[in-house]
Amino acid sequence: MPLISLTNLHKSYGQNEVLKGISLDIEPGEVIALIGKSGSGKSTLLRCINGLESFQEGSILVAGTSVMDSPNQLRLLRQKIGMIFQQFNLFPHLTVGRNVMLAPTVVKKTRQGEAEALAREMLDRVGLEQKFDAYPGQLSGGQQQRVAIARALAMQPLALLCDEITSALDPELVNEVLAVVRDLARQGMTLVMVTHEMRFAREVCHRLVFMHQGRLHESGPPEQVFNAPTTAELQQFLGMQ
Amino acid sequence: MVYHFEFGALIPYIPVILHGVLITVELTLFGTVLGIIVSILCAWARSGGPLWLRVPVGTYVELIRNTPFIIQLFFIFFGLPSVGVHLNAIDASILAMVINLGAYGTEIVRAGITATPRGQREAGASLGLSGPQIFRHIVLVPALSRIWPALSGQVVIVMLGSAVCSQISVQELTYAASFIQSRSFRAFEAYFVVTALYLILALLLRQILRLGGKRIFPGGKAR
Ligand SMILES: Nc1ncnc2c1ncn2[C@@H]1O[C@H](COP(=O)(O)OP(=O)(O)OP(=O)(O)O)[C@@H](O)[C@H]1O
Ligand SMILES: [Mg+2]
Repeated sequence: MPLISLTNLHKSYGQNEVLKGISLDIEPGEVIALIGKSGSGKSTLLRCINGLESFQEGSILVAGTSVMDSPNQLRLLRQKIGMIFQQFNLFPHLTVGRNVMLAPTVVKKTRQGEAEALAREMLDRVGLEQKFDAYPGQLSGGQQQRVAIARALAMQPLALLCDEITSALDPELVNEVLAVVRDLARQGMTLVMVTHEMRFAREVCHRLVFMHQGRLHESGPPEQVFNAPTTAELQQFLGMQ
Repeated sequence: MVYHFEFGALIPYIPVILHGVLITVELTLFGTVLGIIVSILCAWARSGGPLWLRVPVGTYVELIRNTPFIIQLFFIFFGLPSVGVHLNAIDASILAMVINLGAYGTEIVRAGITATPRGQREAGASLGLSGPQIFRHIVLVPALSRIWPALSGQVVIVMLGSAVCSQISVQELTYAASFIQSRSFRAFEAYFVVTALYLILALLLRQILRLGGKRIFPGGKAR
């Protein structure tokens, strides 16, 4: 059974139809890159998957639960799916450790000691255990993004959604974040990422999905997409990279 | 005619002055703490609370911000007994200050809440937090840290405004001044000293709020 299943998804902002009937199944452990031009609807698609955006038509099932069932269902579902944002969105008033501990303690009611151990473990996974007591403002962008990943991992999600998570970083900080993502992919985490890092996508992803004007235009394994793009739009897109 | 300053004439009244300082501090302490709590609750109601709460809270805020403090005070102290609510002068003063600071504070805190970057709420939501949890754990503290200087200013205004409470015979600092000058006929000296004391209190209060802000809001300034 697919972990995430989108069927005929339609989404409009007013008159502007941004997603025009998207169907996509994502298997557990699969690593998928969403690529496409600016405005093609990649972010909107990711945001629909964990209910940050509503949609008009179609359905989204995550581990068998519908995204649009009820606020309670939606909250349960969001615990199963982590999201990493371009702008990190760490909580500035909490230390790194507290950022990671917040959701386990508040949402899952994990006890303090247990949550702290969990947070240290997750921070260790992204190589930042020593920053437990630092504030986000004291970290570099790359470190902040790694904390954001640890924060999402602390909820022990089934999948992570990543929206251009290295786009706000200085070039020299991109690799430390990509290295963490690479590790996650190796460990079998289901990943759906919007990315412009084509070389990375080619190396890590099982499948590339090319979006164009609100549709899934072409998809396939990286070698196929890069070496033998069939549609003119994808050829043109790859030519621009 | 030359006026001879004689501050020595105030010496017998030092206990009166100190008592005045104490009462002013007491009014300010309770007015501030409770007023800030009211501000936070009302700001939440106005920005994210249920619809049925927004209209009454909005009415309260506009009513208080568009009427004089002294009338609010008189209404509580002289008006409410007619409907069976009897408060002593100190309690009436504290209530008036809380209501007054609460109204201005609501708008200030609300501005801080509104300035919360959308990504902060989304990060909370994507971790599975509910709306009230997001407000309490993610929105509130950075919002307060954003507007802390403005809120501190409002607290000082309310502290200075407590001078009006002498009008219902609360024995605070201004009451002390008029008491002394009516007994000793040393108006200049009495008001000079009391002015200086207000100035010192205001500067102290600002300093306390500034340092308090640093303690409550570590991690630097939120944007
Ligand atoms: N909140 C919104 N309100 C109205 N229109 C929106 C909103 N968010 C996105 N859009 C529109 O939806 C379309 C798709 O946007 P989306 O952000 O999903 O594109 P994207 O593929 O992620 O682009 P980029 O590569 O620039 O991030 C765009 O035309 C955009 O203008
Ligand atoms: Mg985008």
